[in-house]
Amino acid sequence: MYALQFDETKCLHCEGQDCLAKCQYIHIERNGTEREMVRIARGEDSFVLHECVTCYACEEYCPMGNHPFYLIVERQEALRISPVPRPLVTRAVNLGIPFRGEPAVKEINGPLLNMAAFSELTHLIQGRLFEGLPVISTDGRKMFHYFCQLMYLHYARSSVIKERLPGIIATIERHKPTEVICFHDECYGTYASYCPAVGIDVPFTPVHFYEYLYDRLTELKDLIRPVGFKVAYQRPCSSRLSPDKHRFVGKIFRLIGAKEVTREFVDENALCCGGTIQGQSREGSRRRAAQIQKKNVEDMKKAGAEVCVFNCPACLQTLGGMVAREGIRPVHMSDLCRFAIGETPAGWEVAR
Amino acid sequence: MTAIYQALVDIVDADHVSDRPEELYIYSFDLGTAEPHRPDYVVAPRTTEQVREIVRLANREKVPVVPLGGGLSLAGLAVPLRGGILVDLKRMDSIIEVNEKGRYALLECGVSQGQLTSYLATHHPGLTHSEPGAPPTATIAGNVLIHGQGDLAQPYGFNSDQVNGLEVVLPTGDVCRFGSCAIGASWFTNHPLPDVGLFFGWCGTTGIVTRLSIRLYPARRIRGIGQFVVEDEELVPEIIGKITRTQMAEDVIAYSRAIPPFGLGLQHFTVNIAADTEKELEFKQEIIWDDTLGEYISRGQGGYLGFTRGLDHPQVSKSSDYKKGGGFEYVGSIMPIERYPECYRRGREISERHDIPYTVTGRIVGVGHSMMFAWTYAFNRADPGSMREAREALHETDDLVIELGGVIWKPGTYGQQLIIERLDPGTRALMRRIKEVLDPEGIMNPGNWEGV
Repeated sequence: MYALQFDETKCLHCEGQDCLAKCQYIHIERNGTEREMVRIARGEDSFVLHECVTCYACEEYCPMGNHPFYLIVERQEALRISPVPRPLVTRAVNLGIPFRGEPAVKEINGPLLNMAAFSELTHLIQGRLFEGLPVISTDGRKMFHYFCQLMYLHYARSSVIKERLPGIIATIERHKPTEVICFHDECYGTYASYCPAVGIDVPFTPVHFYEYLYDRLTELKDLIRPVGFKVAYQRPCSSRLSPDKHRFVGKIFRLIGAKEVTREFVDENALCCGGTIQGQSREGSRRRAAQIQKKNVEDMKKAGAEVCVFNCPACLQTLGGMVAREGIRPVHMSDLCRFAIGETPAGWEVAR
Repeated sequence: MTAIYQALVDIVDADHVSDRPEELYIYSFDLGTAEPHRPDYVVAPRTTEQVREIVRLANREKVPVVPLGGGLSLAGLAVPLRGGILVDLKRMDSIIEVNEKGRYALLECGVSQGQLTSYLATHHPGLTHSEPGAPPTATIAGNVLIHGQGDLAQPYGFNSDQVNGLEVVLPTGDVCRFGSCAIGASWFTNHPLPDVGLFFGWCGTTGIVTRLSIRLYPARRIRGIGQFVVEDEELVPEIIGKITRTQMAEDVIAYSRAIPPFGLGLQHFTVNIAADTEKELEFKQEIIWDDTLGEYISRGQGGYLGFTRGLDHPQVSKSSDYKKGGGFEYVGSIMPIERYPECYRRGREISERHDIPYTVTGRIVGVGHSMMFAWTYAFNRADPGSMREAREALHETDDLVIELGGVIWKPGTYGQQLIIERLDPGTRALMRRIKEVLDPEGIMNPGNWEGV
């Protein structure tokens, strides 16, 4: 069975204890963080296991690359401390079970784009940026054969991920990809971070969607006309698993002439969209999520954002309407990039 | 050309009468499992006077008359079991009046749900009506006459409770009006004149409603749907009791279904919440999700799935996708809410016995006073074996409704007979006398409520 490679001694030698000290959702003194992490590492109960909102951020905060969040989730499962109520766990675990037959597999023998569980969003991969790029998982009936499963970190179900992920990887591998561009950065985080952490082999090279977009925009540089929008970026939880790729957000904005507004909740200090928090078991979770969302959107507004750029479709679903009601246009990054090269994504006629 | 055909042409016109086999075929069945029966003629009148003349003709010729609205009852209620003249009322589709201050709409009988929704959104955005989960082509009148329920059922009850008045062509061809309109006043109330409730639930056997007035309600600026889920079906009645006690929901539905598989065995709730301001919306959300259902969430028994703005009417017709051949039919019942767990379990057993993915739905009517509980069965129209399985499942479910102490809603002929067998003798005798008085020739939708 796959096992998380977590080294307790790294925590004992860590000076910063940033994993918990920087947490935006759990109040803990810096001098108490080592004690709690060691407790968790040793399989003991800790209040952290009960209060974790599963925002993934400690994966980024940890300076030792020691995967504190993956450990928290493993311990939550082992100690049966579920962050969400049982019916939501059942529903979510069932959600990832394919039920409409096997996918038709075509060998690509080259780079491909994996839409994973977002087959219905192919309108976000149109135009010259994606010209000639083979795409897999475009059939909504079969998309769960490509679902990276990492969502179950929110449900304290590492076991489900470990059980199903090898089969998902095998399905992708049957397409004979050289590189797999991941439409959703949770997939990228799965193959670039989670799999190595638990010892699952990945027989292809994962590529972050933003890295691909940046490279394509660079190739099409002559077509770029600065968009000039003042933009805020809604950083998703899964981006914490690949902080080295987060820099592409700023690089893309600079390349297409988008002006990123100065805000409090940005980069390491970004706030969760609230989609997961609202359903958690802890008393007042829905209200808490609503307050976080309000704080987040007010911060965008105060900073003068005209456009809120999303990476994760779930964040867009959760926060999109809310930002729109505040007069900020919700936009997926790929649409913004298409706009920059003179294309008109659906619904953008007015903007142009 | 027969004399009846020519008489119908004289009443309406040649373009709106047919005895052509290909057109009669279309009117010979509905979308459910009922056996087809062809009418002899189809006529589409435009006025009450034309309806009256058609009914008089039928009396003279002693041929059956079957009224048809949207044709979506599924239970075979508008299938012409004894042939005769099928009266397609869809051309009578005028929205005669919308009274903003009195909050009512006067409609012809062919006005559809979608038509009224669209009209109100365009011309009276501050008003709405209780729209059922049926497709938008379902008529308002048809739904009211079968005691339908819509998305305002929780605060306001059955759609038949929301009627201010009727114009009816009786089986003899006489025209009557009921409600305040009966004394020449506007169509603003059904009270306080003597109650002659002779038309609701009678399956078109006591007359043809040609006009009706229904109540309208304030359309709140924000309307949306929150979702909640539990694993234990035994919790459903008490949760419904708690949600309805808040009196803050416009519509409450509990459901469970086998497809998509993530919901298998789970009990979902949709709770429609409406508000005029963000402050009011958040207040209602706090009361419902945090204060009322918070105990289930913190115990891990119930999960909040979020709130989505906009209304998505529940449509069991989506289950027609479960089997190739695209058919579905359901048994509806009016049921005490405490029966939900048994309704779910026993319905699931019936479905599984007939190899049909189960779908059960309970919409709350009134402040927890009852629910319309429905069991839906998909079938393949091209496969007689599949249709037989569905028909058997439907009949078993009719029996189950009676066993569980419910009342079959818009029963087909099988369900009608189950009810008739159990009817109080005095009630049965009264119904028979009413039928004899109103329809002495027995021409109105024969085959329905037969044997009372």
